[in-house]
Amino acid sequence: MTLAPILLLAAALFSMGIYGLLARRNAVMVLLAVELMLNAVNINLVAFEAAIRDSLATGQVFAIFVITVAAAEVGIGLAIVLMIFRNRQSANLDDFSTMSG
Amino acid sequence: MDWFDSGWGLSLIVFLPLVGALLIGLIPRSNEESIKQLSLVTTLVVAALSVVAAFRFDYGSSAAFQLDTTLSWIPSIGSNYHIGIDGISLPLLVLSAVVTVLSVIYSWNHWDEPRNPKAFLILILILEAGMNGTFVALDLVLFFIFFELVLLPMYFMIGIWGDKTPMVVKLGSYQLTTETRLYASIKFFLFTLFGSAFMLLAFLALSFEGGTFDIPALIDMGASGAFTGTFARLVFAGMFLGFAVKVPMWPLHTWLPDAHTAAPTVGSVLLAAILLKLGSYGFIRIAIPILPEEARAWAPVIAILAAIGIIYGSLACLAQTDMKRLIAFSSVGHMGFVMLGIASMTEVGINASIIGMVAHGIITGLLFFLAGSMHHRYHTRDMAQLGGNMKLLPKIGGILGFTAMASLGLPGLAGFWGEFWSLIGAYNPLSGLDVNLFRGTMVAGAIGTVLTAGYMLWMLQRVNLGEPSAKWEGHEMHDADRFELAAWAPLLVATVAIGIYPRIITGSTNDAVVALVARAFGG
Amino acid sequence: MMSDLLFRFAEEGAVEIGAGGALQEWAWLILVAPFVAVAGIVFFGKRMRYQGAELAVGMMAFVFVYGLILWVQTMTDHVVYENSVVIAQVSESLVFEWGWVVDGLSSMMYFVVGVVGLLVFVYALGYMRGEIRYTWFFASLSLFAGAMLVLVAAPNLAQLIVGWELVGLASYLLISHYWEDKENSTAGMKAFFTNKVADVGLIIGAIALSAAVGSFRISDILDAATHGEGGFSAPLFGSTVAVAGALLLFFGAMGKSAQFPLHIWLPDAMAGPTPVSALMHAATMVTAGIYLMARMFPLYQTIAEAARPYMIAIGAATLFLTGLLALVQDDIKKVLAYSTVSQLGYMMTAVAAGGYTAGLFHLFTHAFFKALLFLGAGSVIHSVHSNNMSDMGGLRKSMPVTFWTFVIGSGALAGVFPLAGFFSKDEILGTLDHEGYQLVMWIAIAGAFVTAFYMTRAVALTFFGEYKGHGHPHESERVMTVPLVVLAGLSAVAGFVNWPGVYTGFTEWVGTRALTMGDHHPEALDLRLAAFGTAAALLGIAGGWLLYGKDKESQQARDAFWIPGLYDAFKAKYWLDDLALGIVALVKGPSARFVNWTNNVIIDGIINTVGVGTRWLGKLVYGRFDQQGIDLAINAAAAGSGAAGGALRKLQTGRIQQYAGALVVGAVALVVGFVIFTN
Repeated sequence: MTLAPILLLAAALFSMGIYGLLARRNAVMVLLAVELMLNAVNINLVAFEAAIRDSLATGQVFAIFVITVAAAEVGIGLAIVLMIFRNRQSANLDDFSTMSG
Repeated sequence: MDWFDSGWGLSLIVFLPLVGALLIGLIPRSNEESIKQLSLVTTLVVAALSVVAAFRFDYGSSAAFQLDTTLSWIPSIGSNYHIGIDGISLPLLVLSAVVTVLSVIYSWNHWDEPRNPKAFLILILILEAGMNGTFVALDLVLFFIFFELVLLPMYFMIGIWGDKTPMVVKLGSYQLTTETRLYASIKFFLFTLFGSAFMLLAFLALSFEGGTFDIPALIDMGASGAFTGTFARLVFAGMFLGFAVKVPMWPLHTWLPDAHTAAPTVGSVLLAAILLKLGSYGFIRIAIPILPEEARAWAPVIAILAAIGIIYGSLACLAQTDMKRLIAFSSVGHMGFVMLGIASMTEVGINASIIGMVAHGIITGLLFFLAGSMHHRYHTRDMAQLGGNMKLLPKIGGILGFTAMASLGLPGLAGFWGEFWSLIGAYNPLSGLDVNLFRGTMVAGAIGTVLTAGYMLWMLQRVNLGEPSAKWEGHEMHDADRFELAAWAPLLVATVAIGIYPRIITGSTNDAVVALVARAFGG
Repeated sequence: MMSDLLFRFAEEGAVEIGAGGALQEWAWLILVAPFVAVAGIVFFGKRMRYQGAELAVGMMAFVFVYGLILWVQTMTDHVVYENSVVIAQVSESLVFEWGWVVDGLSSMMYFVVGVVGLLVFVYALGYMRGEIRYTWFFASLSLFAGAMLVLVAAPNLAQLIVGWELVGLASYLLISHYWEDKENSTAGMKAFFTNKVADVGLIIGAIALSAAVGSFRISDILDAATHGEGGFSAPLFGSTVAVAGALLLFFGAMGKSAQFPLHIWLPDAMAGPTPVSALMHAATMVTAGIYLMARMFPLYQTIAEAARPYMIAIGAATLFLTGLLALVQDDIKKVLAYSTVSQLGYMMTAVAAGGYTAGLFHLFTHAFFKALLFLGAGSVIHSVHSNNMSDMGGLRKSMPVTFWTFVIGSGALAGVFPLAGFFSKDEILGTLDHEGYQLVMWIAIAGAFVTAFYMTRAVALTFFGEYKGHGHPHESERVMTVPLVVLAGLSAVAGFVNWPGVYTGFTEWVGTRALTMGDHHPEALDLRLAAFGTAAALLGIAGGWLLYGKDKESQQARDAFWIPGLYDAFKAKYWLDDLALGIVALVKGPSARFVNWTNNVIIDGIINTVGVGTRWLGKLVYGRFDQQGIDLAINAAAAGSGAAGGALRKLQTGRIQQYAGALVVGAVALVVGFVIFTN
């Protein structure tokens, strides 16, 4: 099994994630895009692990870590988005520029 | 009582007030009774200790420093914690401790606005530490610190509790609108600081030359002629400025009428009774014994300034309309007698100056108490509006009459001896001084006594005698209350006692003065 | 009996002198008693049954009895006793002491103070009843007596000064007793102030003399002076210490003993209640100056002889000029006051001329009849409620006791034989004659004429003619008339204690303590002088009766006998009061204001200028140098940073996706960079 198709898949996912991150205006969609990018990285980790056959299975362990962190991140992120939406009646990121200089 | 003699006694006298002030600081402001009681207890204990010191004192060798101690303090500059008293400082120390107690008693229910007993009593206690410290310090640095320590509390007393009448300083087209208390307090502070800056320079110069800050050591050096020439002249000039401002001598006196008039009653009392003495005490303790030759050279100047002060102060009194200001100006005249005694550089003269200091402290202190109490009742100090005080307030009026008599130097009361002996000193000054000049100052002093009688009687006539003005009809006047009487009685008793038996003072001072003159000018 | 040399303590050939015993040792009690009484009256008087007066009278009775005993003992034993307690030492050798002297001179004074004092105190019980400040009055009166006793007991000049000034204080308190009126308190001030001016002389003189011997003890000073020791010949104020010091002491005495021109306070002192005047004029105040001159007599007889002419001149001027003023007074007390001044002139002249005994004898007799006259005048005033003789007249019927005693007093004052004044005035004339002061003697005789004249005038205006006042005058109560009678008796007989040729005990009594001195005593009555004196007195009485015996309608008309120009001068009291007031006004007004002005404008001006100048300098330094100089660089740096920040802050849009975009671009750029540069 060759590594290249898997890496391509991961690259495609990652690019889609970047696109979503930069282009989507809805905060929820941005969060989903971030998930996409994280999972692209997970695919890479597992693929490289399988290719190298590392005895400690570092790639898989790391992937599990990332999944855990991503879950937490989504939880907190969604909560923040929810609170913002409650206060501002909007999830549009362009409306949130109070930090501008 | 060994602990007492080995320095602990005097140290307690100096630092107990500070401890008391600290403790009062911990009591909440609302708990007024405890604050008053604590400060009274503190000052009473200090006064009792000073009396104990007077009993422990060996009058047989009053020329030596006793109850003394020396501890290393700032070795890097050679300054030690050296304290002790001799026959000259003992009466002043006791006076200071006792007058402070009386001030606290008087304060019990007499508060100038903005009241705040806590702050006021803390200031009194700090002031006491400074005053007592100055009289026991035997190290120039220590002396200077205590000498300056009294400035701050007095500055705040005048500045916060002082006379709030608006005033305008006019200078040509320039106008400065301020309050009397602010003007007076700043004038007092800056004037004194100005003098003490030069004094500090003189002290430093002395220590560079003599290698020590220790006063007895410097006196020994001075007596053997270690300090001469331009150096000594400049050092004496510096000390002269420092002490003369504090005395005050003409023409450096103008802070005094303003400060006295503006200060709250207790402030005026402490200012007149003790603070003025720090200057003349400095002359006797430091300037003359350390620099005897310079003292001899400066004596005519001091004598002339003193004589001018006597005449000038008395004449200025005659022009006053404000009772408190009149009493303030009378201090200029009385301290003139003290300085005239010092200027004669004789045993009689210096004895005269010390008893004069004590007497002035007692009598003028009392006068300020009375002026304060009267202001408290009449709400004016303008003598044109007063009158018939004997009818309205017979007790206060009677005491005022008695004290005014004491102040004009009535024989048989304390004020007389200082003036009389000063004149004796000025009649026969230290050999080598210009006799004719000194006799001229003596005649001026004698004429000053006449003028003093004039303004005192005039004040009594305007304030005490006659029918009360219709203005006071219907006003309920309360004569002296028990706190006032308690505060004044000791002073009245002391006035009579010293007048009848001046040995109370000279028994302590004479040997020390004789030794001082002998060491300085060759007995 | 000519004794040019009395003795120095117990020199050979002199009268035997006793050293005194327990009585003399305890004599300090009479000095202390009055002050104890003062304290007792002030603190407890109001609570006592008689409001403290009993304490004063009791004290005075004690002083009288003790003084009498002392004097009797002095008469018989010639005691000289002196004791001192050190109260201060102010140099290696100079000490100050309280002490008491019991010798002829001071015993005589104790007696005079005691007897006159006691009678006056008793009289005052009636006179002052119901008056304001009754208790305080007796306290002051006791202080007055006590101060005088301190003075006459003084063995040293310092204590003498103390007593001297306390006397002045007491007189101030008593003269201004009715201080509700400004006039009265001004009179008190005038007395105190005039005395204080004179005290300058006393104090400087005492210091000068004492410094010459290094001791304030009078006996030391006199001892040195009479033996030519001490530094008395050193120069002082253009003369020697001895002469200048003696004259300065005399100047002090001029104030207290009301010598011309310092007498101006005494007539005004009448503002006080009458008992005060009696005490003051007889015993406790004006005699002090004469006493001092007598106490220092040996000094004036020896090294300070040069001072005598001045003293005699002043004394003579006093006795004559002030006597004339009594001629035109309407106030009966002022007549008596000027007569006192005039009589003090006699005493001073006598003592200055060398008549130690003569001066003291006159002091002694004068004390009785002057006290009598004042108390009599007081009795009249008490009855008619006016001081002015124009409100009196015809009182001899309604007030017989007062009238007769007053007449006896007037006769004694005028020098009518055999009343007391005759003998003492004769002694003075004799001394002046013997010492060669003929001119002064004639002035004194002329003065006697004037004395008799004005006393006759006073008696005539008060007791004869028609009553012109209001109400019905009546004789005073017993407590007042008894002292009058006693004093009248004393005035009648006091002269016999020194009747030349018959009995001269007084000379010996007061002489027991004198050091070397020449003192003239006539062997018998000098009939020539006695004739002159008596003739002058009788002429005066006749003249006075002629002019004033009959009632005239107005005071002006009564006194119109006088030469108009002089009359005005007398009425204006020689304008001396105006002069004194002018001087006081000058000191109190312009010069005091000038000094105050220099203080507030010149000296404070400098101080304020320095203060304001410093403020201005501060503003300059702050504004120009600090704010616009040093701070400029700092501010420029700060402003630059601010501007840069302002420009850069625009990058912060607050849009998170733009940041993320920038992140991606950055990351891509880094990756591209790595790829390019690592190969």
